[in-house]
This record gives sequence, C-alpha cells and structure tokens, in this order.
Amino acid sequence: MDIERVDQIIEKHNSEASSLIQILLDIQSENRWLPKEALERISEKLQVPLTRIQQIATFYKAFSLVPKGRHGIHICMGTACHVRGAQRVLDTVEELTGIKPGETDLDLRFSLETVNCLGCCALGPVVEIDGEIHGNMSPAETAETLKKYE
Amino acid sequence: MSKILLEIDGQQVEASPDMTVLQAAQKLGIKIPTLCHHEKLEPYGACRLCMVEVESRGSTKFVVSCVYPVENNLVVRTRSEKVDKIRKMILELLLAHAPDSRDLQSYAQEYGADKDRFEKESSFCIHCGLCVRYCAEVKKKNAIGFINRGTHREINFIQEIASKECWNCKECFPLCPTEALQAAYVLSGALASSLPIFEQVAEKNS
Repeated sequence: MDIERVDQIIEKHNSEASSLIQILLDIQSENRWLPKEALERISEKLQVPLTRIQQIATFYKAFSLVPKGRHGIHICMGTACHVRGAQRVLDTVEELTGIKPGETDLDLRFSLETVNCLGCCALGPVVEIDGEIHGNMSPAETAETLKKYE
Repeated sequence: MSKILLEIDGQQVEASPDMTVLQAAQKLGIKIPTLCHHEKLEPYGACRLCMVEVESRGSTKFVVSCVYPVENNLVVRTRSEKVDKIRKMILELLLAHAPDSRDLQSYAQEYGADKDRFEKESSFCIHCGLCVRYCAEVKKKNAIGFINRGTHREINFIQEIASKECWNCKECFPLCPTEALQAAYVLSGALASSLPIFEQVAEKNS
C-alpha cells in the first residue's frame, strides 16, 4: 500500500483524531494488514502519538501488524461444531495449508484462525472463508472447497 | 460550596471540592499505601492498593481513594480489618508477578502478605502505568506505551523515539516499582543496536 493511498483515506476522514479507528479499519480492509509506514503517517497527520496507535492496533483483534493471506479461513471450534468433528476439519486444513491457527503461509494465500462460535450451530462443523459460510463440512469436502481459493 | 468537611480515621478535615480522598488523607498526614499514584500525574486507579472504606448516607463501600472525590460528611476508614484483607490480597497477587520488588516487599511485610501464596508468573510489570503516563503527561514524548490486551498486556518502547529521547532522560526509571521498565529498555535497546550489526554482516556476506 503506497503512502498516497494512506493520505487519501486520512483525507476522507477529515484528518480527525477521533476517526483513528475508522482510518485503521479502512486500511486494514484494503491492505489486509497495517504496515508500520502507514501507522507513522497517521500519527503524523492526526497528531496522535504512535504509542496510542500501537496500543489500539494491538488491542483489537480486527487489526494485524503482520501481512495476512489473500483468504481468511475461520474454523469454528465452538461446542456444537466440536462435537460434530471440527477438530478433524481443522487438522485437514492445517495439513493442506501447512499452517497452524494464527499463522499465514509464505505465498500469502491463506491465513488460518479458529473462532469459538459463528452463530450458526445447526450448520456445524462450520468453516468461514472470506466471510462466506460453509456448513456441514467433512474433511474431504473441506479439501475440495480450499481448492477453489487461489 | 467552597469547602468540604469530611472525617478520616476519626479526624475532621477540610478539603477543596477538586481533591480526592487520598489527597485529603495526605493533608492530615495519614499514610495510605500507593503504587500507581504520582503527584505530577493524573489519578489512574490501576493498582487498587489505596482502597479505603467509606461511609456516606448510611451505607459502607470500598473505594479506590486516589480516584474518589471528597464529599461532605463522608466518613473514611483507611485501616480496618476488611481493608487490610483486601490490600493483603492485592499485594499477594502483585507479588506473583514481581516477587523481587522492594516496594511490594515492604508493603507485604506491613500487611502480612505471603509472596508465595500464588503461583509465580514473573512478568515483572504490574501495569501501574507510571512510566507510560510520565512519558506522555510530563515529558510529552510518548516514547513508551502499552501493547496487547488482558493477560498479554505489556509496556513497549517505540524504538525511533526512544533512541532519540530516552538516553538523556530516563526519568521514568526511578518511578518503576519493579524492574520491568529497565528490563524492557535494555531489551529494546539491545534489539535496536543489534539490528544494524546484522545488516552489516548480511551486507559483507552478500
């Protein structure tokens, strides 16, 4: 992400310090992570200390200070999904992508996270990829689904 | 409405409306133990050690005196069985994080706190925020801040600012009730100074 685009986003929010989280969210959704250069630019433009930005960026799980993959996989490990075999789905994904929860692969294809409930327990085991819900997942079906994401 | 009368440990004291219970007690010369309090800084209420028992309009409650404003006819007890028990518990919990802290040890002796009561989880930092707040409020440099959340919360120097500002200041060092701050500073300094060396080595080898 280049610094001009960061400036544009800051301009869009009228360079107001109270819009800090909105600005961070915009950069996060566009770039999938928050580069240090962007944070320094925001600090300078909004007159907010870098310590404050760092505190907010590390407080909320929505923000990432390291690059994330093009596709975000969220595997539900809640009670309902767990008893219906979420662990086996997770094992399959770990094996296919070679990453553990919280990690991103070297090609920046996938980032893997586990979540505790996606709120649709009747569909368990649930896997969410890029915001799309895949219900009643078996290990084999999971492997098929992952192939669709490049 | 200019002066407020309250009672602390049986003594009458006159206070101005912007004072806290802690300040009123200090005016009387009554000592309340504190860890996160500093007279140059805004009240923070992080350590909870200055907990006192207050009685107003017939009911008793336990409040943190460093952030509790004075009010008329307030009856404050700075030492009671329950207050001592709360402080002992707080000290024991903090000692699990920073067992070697001098400040904590001397308070522990006073309140009979057992430093081995809870399993050690030496993070050294007790999150009093003195260094962070001093840097932001007094020095206005913001070289150090908190990162992460909950049990993972810790202090962190911003390397670019710290390398310029901290060497000649270090005024936050004596404020720290534990050794966490110095450790964090030395660590971040070591990381920063070792980086250029790594780069030099990498350049030579390429």
